[in-house]
Parts: sequence; structure tokens; C-alpha cells
Amino acid sequence: MTKIIEPKKQRNIFSRPSSEEGVWSWITTVDHKRIGIMYGYAAFFFLLVGGLEALLLRIQLSQPDNNFLSAAEYNAMFTMHGTTMIFLAIMPISAAFFNYLLPLQIGARDVAFPRLNALSFWIFIAGGLFLYSTFLFGTAGAPEGGYLAEEVSRLASAPNGGWFGYQPNAGLKYSPGTAMDYWAIGLQILGIASLVSAFNFITTILNMRTKGMRLMRMPVFTWMTFAVSFLLAFSLPIIAIALFFVTFDRQFGTTFFLTEGGGDPVLWQHLFWLFGHPEVYILILPAFGIVSEVLPTFSRKPLFGYPAIVFAGFGIAFIGFGVWAHHMFASAISPVAQAGFGLSTMIIAVPTGVKIFNWLGTIWGGRLTLNTPMLFALGFIGMFVIGGLSGVTHSVVPADTQQTDTYYIVAHFHYVLFGGALFGIFSGLYFWFPKVWGRMYNETMGKIHFWLMIIGFNLTFGPMHWLGLQGQVRRTWVYAEETNLGFWNLIVTIGAFILAIATLVFMANWIYSRRKGEVSPFDPWDARTIEWSIPSPTPVWNFSKAPEVKSLDDFWHQKYGEDEDGRAVRREGTDELLLQLEEEGLNPKEEIHLPSPSYFPVIMAFGLPFLGYAIIYKSIPLALIGVIMLLIGGFGWGTEPLEEEFESSEEEPESGESKNYE
Amino acid sequence: MSDAQAYPHEPTGVETRKLGFWVFLSTEILFFGTLITTFLIFKGRDFPGIKLTDVYDIPFTSVSSFVLLMSSLTMVLAHNALETNDQEKTRVWLLATAMLGAVFLAGQIYEFTEFYHKGFELSTNIFSSTFYVLTGFHGLHVFIGVVLLLALWGIGQRQKGLSLNEGMNLEFIALYWHFVDIVWIVLFTVVYLI
Repeated sequence: MTKIIEPKKQRNIFSRPSSEEGVWSWITTVDHKRIGIMYGYAAFFFLLVGGLEALLLRIQLSQPDNNFLSAAEYNAMFTMHGTTMIFLAIMPISAAFFNYLLPLQIGARDVAFPRLNALSFWIFIAGGLFLYSTFLFGTAGAPEGGYLAEEVSRLASAPNGGWFGYQPNAGLKYSPGTAMDYWAIGLQILGIASLVSAFNFITTILNMRTKGMRLMRMPVFTWMTFAVSFLLAFSLPIIAIALFFVTFDRQFGTTFFLTEGGGDPVLWQHLFWLFGHPEVYILILPAFGIVSEVLPTFSRKPLFGYPAIVFAGFGIAFIGFGVWAHHMFASAISPVAQAGFGLSTMIIAVPTGVKIFNWLGTIWGGRLTLNTPMLFALGFIGMFVIGGLSGVTHSVVPADTQQTDTYYIVAHFHYVLFGGALFGIFSGLYFWFPKVWGRMYNETMGKIHFWLMIIGFNLTFGPMHWLGLQGQVRRTWVYAEETNLGFWNLIVTIGAFILAIATLVFMANWIYSRRKGEVSPFDPWDARTIEWSIPSPTPVWNFSKAPEVKSLDDFWHQKYGEDEDGRAVRREGTDELLLQLEEEGLNPKEEIHLPSPSYFPVIMAFGLPFLGYAIIYKSIPLALIGVIMLLIGGFGWGTEPLEEEFESSEEEPESGESKNYE
Repeated sequence: MSDAQAYPHEPTGVETRKLGFWVFLSTEILFFGTLITTFLIFKGRDFPGIKLTDVYDIPFTSVSSFVLLMSSLTMVLAHNALETNDQEKTRVWLLATAMLGAVFLAGQIYEFTEFYHKGFELSTNIFSSTFYVLTGFHGLHVFIGVVLLLALWGIGQRQKGLSLNEGMNLEFIALYWHFVDIVWIVLFTVVYLI
């Protein structure tokens, strides 16, 4: 039986939440696994929303001179599609992987700051809801006399200045109404969520590693989480300040980005892309990490060039801060800067190429198992190479100025972020499905999903390359019949619907397998890293005793030795070892103290949207509500110990700020 | 954690919370860095209307800067007192730090109102905007610091007193406070002196 000790109840502002099942147990949880699962579902929900928005865009573009969407609606849809996919879908779904896997991969019982972890999740939810509340409360107008000056529907009352909100277009003059304020403040809130989680993950990786888990023994996925956390920590402050300026411009009449008051619209572009380009790597590096776990497992070979792949990851992260202006070759920057940023853009392709060759080296000569996660990982390599190559073409400045703002660009970044990031994410979702649920997904449906997806994906985004080169401009809601762009646009739309069907197959597989899937053993893939050495689904306490790691791919080396030719040979005692591991994992011998659930992260997180509304509507009462929620949350948090005391005789130390106890 | 023996922690040797706090401060550098960069970019440009040099009073701001610097000294004294477990002295120096911070804030508020009345408003020109956002952002940090110090002082009133090992540590607030001070040295130089 489990030996989780029932804590003594203590009084605080509220009595401590104690339910272990039901809605409240999820809302107040600080368990990294539950938070990870919630991140995953919430992000997938937003992925579906963003996908629906994309389908609306594609219906509009399926034929020339279409009027399915109005121009205003089209603007709102592409802005929300981009914003949603980046900030509400891919980033949080990566966060789901970080949360669930990171402590397991380094042999920890939880992240360094479990309640901060809950806080970042709830801030993400609060920010997402705040951003989407624009469809209910927001207003989007048009500059006077502009062609958009029409009665705007609810669908169009969303942010409409593009996901990078270029100034002055996204300023008050050309984007009147409150929708762009929702965008600026919503991103601000979401940024806080990511910043908090970045502190948490960096500290966790540095300080929560189990015995023997030296840095160079960490799984590559953990390494990539580490790199992404640094990227988040150092790039988000920049966009936070820039969004701060935007909010001041729109709300308090300053002119940071408006030339009429001496401000500088190009400064916005610099600040935005100084964040925005590292952001690209924030989106793709987690997928790199996932693929680096999947490929060795199903090639039954160790990862080729582990140090190279680790250092390449950090090389990418580092150089990623020095390439931002390649998004701005068509803007007012000097030729010297153009040449410099063109060069750095070529240079950043080098570490990326190193990784590609490492992956190829990993599968080279391996005994491949072509199941769904492996197919997605291979698909990832192929699609990402296409996207990467079209990316390098942008470093050639004259060519880039030709391609700027055409569908060529759209094709490029979808190959990187969909064919790259999302394929990697799907690979990971299938790969760790048995770990999370203790059941196996349906392989046939998984393969159908993969093939539909790769066909639909290439039909959707492949033709965009030549549409762009033919001159179809991004973000225009109609094109004339005489342009002869109709045929490929129709193909693209068909591809988009195939993608939608593929997603439905995935969802059906997930829902079915979660309930009725075959029960899976705890190490179904004969995997390499230590998260597979514990029972599936992962017990609440993760490891029943702290594992001791002796080498890279420790679990593999426990199971396999080498013969004279260096080939892996299963050790004799492996079967007993596995049985023993499962037995031990389910029945911890020592007493386990887990962090107790808490109400306060939720309360604090939902104070932030009120502050946001208060700024938009200049309302003191709303601001007060927000501040009071933050204060209650902060005070309660500070006075509540992380774990309930077990023999509490003394008073707890308290504080006025949100910090964790060990 | 109570099972710290069974579950090893902190391979870096730095306490986990302190490490997290250092990471937090490193991002703060980026926040202020972006603001200062923007300030410097706009500083060299032509802009219409009244300038900071028309309204500011260097001796006044120097005095309030000195007050803020002295608060770092009292913060160190509070930390030293706590190391020898002298609860009373710790409380006194904590309160002194909070008060010095409050004096600095009062000075800033006075300065802002004075500028405002002289016509140097938030949206007067690009320079005034960057000035207010930059120094205001720093002022917000001082304000949060004062609140934290007062909270810590309040906790110190309780029987058990403060300790360096548990709870919201005096050390973290001290780190934060020194950081905010250092930022002000940079700001004072960049905004007022050059």
C-alpha cells in the first residue's frame, strides 16, 4: 500500500484544500504531472481554436474574389490564428512536456517550486481567457474614411494588427477600439506565465538533479528545456517592455512608436524581433529535444554525438539573439546591418545542420521500428529540413526583400513550426502516451493520422512556396481571378481540410485509447532514460526512492551490456530487474511527503485579468479587485507552508510575498 | 524537505530558492536594459518642447539618491544583526531601510509633481515619456521593496522572530534591495548626469 502521510490540518485564510479527486483537486493541484496534463489539454483546445480560425481563412481564399469573410473579419482571424498558435498552443504544449517529463528525467520528485508551477499554469489560462474575451467585450473599428469603415461583427472584434502588431498600424490611430489593447495586455499576462515557469525550470534543472545525474548525463530533452528556459528568461523581458510602451501609447497618449511625436516605429520592430526570433527557437527546441529521445529509442542505438547535439542546442539559443533583423530587411535599416544580419542568419544554420546530421547518424545502421512516434520524428526531420533550407534563402537580402510578406514566408515558417515543432510534439505525444496513461494508443489509427497529416501538410504549405514566388501577398483577404492564383489556393484549402480530418483521427485515437486502449507495460519501448524505469501511469510520488544515475542513458545500461563488437546485449538479470523495479516503484518503502495543494496560485493568477481590464476601461473598482486578489493570494501563499507540518507544535514563519518553502 | 537525506538536492550547492531568485534578478537586468536602451536611443534625438534640463534639480535628486544608497547600508546592518541573531537590532535596521526607501519615493513623487507643474508631462514629448516610464518603473520596484521590508518587519514582531534559514528570507529581500539600488546608480548617471 502507499504510504503517503495524511497531513495535520492547519488554519490559514482558507482551510487547506484536501480533495484528491474531482474538479477542486485539479484546480488546487501543485503536482507537476497534473499541471502538465492540464497544460496539454488547454493548449490542445487552443490549437483547435487556432485551427478553426485557419480553416475560415482558407475557405475565404479557396477561390478568387470570395466574400466568405469580410476584410475586417479576415484581419481578426489571421491575427488571432498567429497569436493563438504561438502563445496559446505551441508554447504551452511544450510547457506540458517540460512539466510532465523534466522532473522524471532528472529523477526528482517535483519541480523546484511546485506552487510557482501552478501559478504559471493558471496565469496562462487567465491570459488566454483574457485574450479571447475580446470576442465578447472588445471593439475593433477602422480609421475614419478607411476601407474597413463598416459595421464590424463580433467575429471581427478581435485584435487585427497581425501577430507582430507592427506600429503604427497597431496604434490607436489605425486600429481604434479596444481589441489591440486586449492583444497587448493579453500577451503581457501570458509572458508573465512563461517567465515564472522559466525561473522554475532553470532552478529545477540546476538543483533538483538526483544523485549522479551530472549535467552531461542529462537526457537531451532536459537539455533543450534548459536552453528554452534561458531563451524565455532573457527574451520575454524585452517584449514585456515593448508591450508596456504600446499600452502607454494607446492608453496614455505617449508616442514611443509614433513618428508624429518623435517616436520610432522601427524601434518596435527591433524590440519585437529581438524577442520574436528567440521565440522561434523557444517553439522549435522542445521538438528537437523530443526527437532526440524518440530516434535513439526506435533505432536501438545511442544518440549519435550527444555533446555535439547539446552544444548545438545552446549555440542556436545563443546565436538566436543575434539574427533578429532578418525579419526587417524591408524596413529602414542600414546596408551594413543588412549584411551583418544576413551573415548571422547563415551562421545559425550551422548548429542546426549539426543536429540534423546527428539525427541522421543516429538512425544510420540502426534497427528501426517504424511506429507512430518514429514516423512523426522522421517526418519532422524531412519537413524541418525543407523549412530550414527555405529559411536560409532569407539570409540573402535581395531575395528576401522580394519574398517579404508573400506566401513564400508563410510557407517557410509553417514548415518550421508545423512540420517542425508540431510534428515533434505529436511524436512526443505518442511516445509518452503509455507513460502518462498506462495504456497503449492504437497503432493503426496513429499511422493513419501520420499519413493524413504529412499529405495534408504538404498539400497545404508546399504550394504556398510558388504562390508566394508568383507574388501572392500575405494577409490580403481577396485576390483577383486574373492573377491565376486560384488553382493552387484551392489545393491549399483542400490540404487544410485534410489536416483537420487528421486532427480528428488523432482525437478519436486519444479518446478511445485513453479508456479502452491495451494496458501497457511500464517500459513498452525498451527505452533509454530513467523516466521509463518507474511504473506507468507515473505514481504520484514519481520515484519511490531517489535513483542513482551512473551513466548517460542509465536505464538502458541497466538493461543492456555490450559484447566484444560493441553490440548491445541484454543482460541476464534484466527481466528480474524490471519486475523488481515495478514492484519497488509501486510500493515505496520510505515515507513520502508531497507538497500539499493550494488555492493561492489560482487566486493570484485570476487577479491579473482584472488589472488588465482596469487598464483598458480605466476603472478603479476593477483595479481594486485585481489588487485584492493578488494580495490575498500573495499573503496566503506566504503564510502557507509548502507541505503541511506533520507534528506542528510551532507557528509557521510567514511572509508577505510569494515565495516558496522548500 | 524533511526527507532531504533520502532525496538528495542542490548539486550546485546554492540553496534552491536563492538560485531561483538570482535567475529572477537576471531577467530584471533585461527589463531595465531594454528601458535604458530605449531612453538612450531617444535621448540623442530632436524633440519639441520642454527638456529635462529645464526642470530638474540635480542637488535635490543627489540628496535623494544618497538616501537610497544609505538604505543599502542599513540593509547590510540588518543582515549582520540577524547573523548574530539580534532580533531587536534586525527589526530596527529593517524599519530604517524601509523608511529610507519611503523617503526616496516621497522625493520622487515630489519631483514628478514639480516637473508636471512646470509643463514636463508624460505625453509632452518623447523624452518626457521615456523619462517617466523609466524612472517610474524603478520607483515601482522601490515601492514593492518597501512593502516587502515592512512585511518582513511585521513578521519580525512575532515571538519567534526572523531567521536566515526559513520562510521568506531576509537575504532575498536584501538581494532585491541592493539590486534596485544599483539600478538607481545607473539611472541617476544616465538620466541626470550625462
